[in-house]
Amino acid sequence: MSNIRIRLASERVNPSLTFGEEGAPQLFTPGETITENQRVMSGHGTYMDEDNKEVLRASVAGTVERVNQLICVRPIKCRYMGEIGDVVVGRITEVQQKRWKVDTNSRLDSVLLISSVNLPGGELRRRSVEDEQMMRKYLQEGDLVSAEVQSVFSDGSLSLHTRSLKYGKLSQGLLVKVSPSLILRRKNHFHNLLCGASIILGNNGLIWIYPTSPEDESGVGGFTQNLEQVIDKEDRERIARLRNCVLALSASKFMLFDTSIQYAYEESSNYSLKELLAPECMLDVAFRTRHRLQSYRDA
Amino acid sequence: MAGVLLSEAEKTFILHGVQSDLRNDGRSKQDYRPMELELDIVTHANGSARVRLANTDILVGVKTEIDVPKPEKPDEGKIEFFVDCSANATPEFEGKGGEDLATEISNFLSTSFNSGLSFDLKSLCILKEIQCWKLYVDILILECGGNLFDAVSLAVKAALHNTMVPRVETMAMDGGNVDLQLSGDPYDCWRLDIKNVPCLVTLTKIGEHLIVDPTAEEENCSMASLVLAVTEDGRINSLSKTSVGSFHPHTLTEGLKVGTEVGIRLNKALKEALEKEEKRLQADKPERSGFLK
Repeated sequence: MSNIRIRLASERVNPSLTFGEEGAPQLFTPGETITENQRVMSGHGTYMDEDNKEVLRASVAGTVERVNQLICVRPIKCRYMGEIGDVVVGRITEVQQKRWKVDTNSRLDSVLLISSVNLPGGELRRRSVEDEQMMRKYLQEGDLVSAEVQSVFSDGSLSLHTRSLKYGKLSQGLLVKVSPSLILRRKNHFHNLLCGASIILGNNGLIWIYPTSPEDESGVGGFTQNLEQVIDKEDRERIARLRNCVLALSASKFMLFDTSIQYAYEESSNYSLKELLAPECMLDVAFRTRHRLQSYRDA
Repeated sequence: MAGVLLSEAEKTFILHGVQSDLRNDGRSKQDYRPMELELDIVTHANGSARVRLANTDILVGVKTEIDVPKPEKPDEGKIEFFVDCSANATPEFEGKGGEDLATEISNFLSTSFNSGLSFDLKSLCILKEIQCWKLYVDILILECGGNLFDAVSLAVKAALHNTMVPRVETMAMDGGNVDLQLSGDPYDCWRLDIKNVPCLVTLTKIGEHLIVDPTAEEENCSMASLVLAVTEDGRINSLSKTSVGSFHPHTLTEGLKVGTEVGIRLNKALKEALEKEEKRLQADKPERSGFLK
């Protein structure tokens, strides 16, 4: 039992890694002037001032990205904007006729059609009326699924599919929510980390951490949930440590991908699990991770 | 309580974690999450405090007003709690959604403050039967991340500690009317005695185990919680059980024991933090962090 500590707001730790450093990305706040150059094009997250047509201002808080004449502001915190092929983790919020509604941290709920899931009993089975009546047996409200974005509708809502064995209902583990902009787009978003736990980095900012199953990937997809299985304490410690590391990196706005998470996990070994909740330790872990990634890059 | 949706498997994971005394964020059963405190951040209130407990954010302001004492308690002042659940915390609080929770919290606070052993209402008396101070304690819930009761009580205690009650200088009786004269100096104030003010400790029952400081997810897995109002010297002022589940007598007695211990530690931690913050505020121009930093 550790002592309870209440810190003061004046002792607050600034989680920024690049604070006061040269070459730190410049942040724009809504309404701030980006440029007064007339020849630029206004992209996402920017607007032209109504009174003074020459001034381009930011409409969201974030960093500026420039492609030739086009200027965009990439928001630091945002809802998920889906793209086809993204891996997402979502939670079922509603069961409807022939479809599930899934909360994927985007502006609108996504849909998962019954025709775009692999139902038990053969891949190429006809979907019957019984299947529609059994929908809640497969996935009910509150269940988590990993899926891929199949298409994006005109209003920005997403249609998902789980037609691969790696997607499907998620079993025991824990969910961490970070900003979608912190997830680095990679070829693979499913990782079995060296530390002995697995992680799904959803492009939508939802991260699922779960124990690595001894049997090969084949067991992950589908609609099974093993509620009897008790995860032993070592696995649990790894999962909790990973969670705290991911949150430490995300508090310092550090990009999340397999290597950064793995490094953060290794760098966090100086601290106990509980210490990792304190802001100073979180910053230290993020700082060491950044240092190690940089030295690796330089070498 | 703010509803978070969880799947059966996640609930099982949390349940097994509590059983092996290793919760999802690495805490053991009796650990609190990091807390942050700031005093005196509302300039137009007599006393204010903000407490942030992980994702739970509470702002409390205390206002004083002169009122007539209750006829049955002529020599006592009044204290009133008002809880406002901001719809920013969770969309469910929109409109009248947060009202039940707000009444639950404010009622429990009133009962814990009712006894003369926890808060001396007599000190608020100005003139027996005629005039007394009335404290309005306004609690604003800005964000909901579990464990509201504990965070609210910490913020209330801190805000009462910070409260400056103006000194009344002269009193003149003019027929049946009383004329009060407040001191001309706005800094001529006195402080409330908060030594015996209780902190609330929530013990959430998950499976057969009791945990303190539950996250919103953990609250979702629980059928019943026990809220204790514990003072600095370990006295339990009031007690209530929330939500639908029930307690086994054995769990209940164990809960009282654990809760008292945790309550003493919590009070001690708050006392230390308050002393430190007080020292900081006495400096020339103390910086205020507030919400935007």
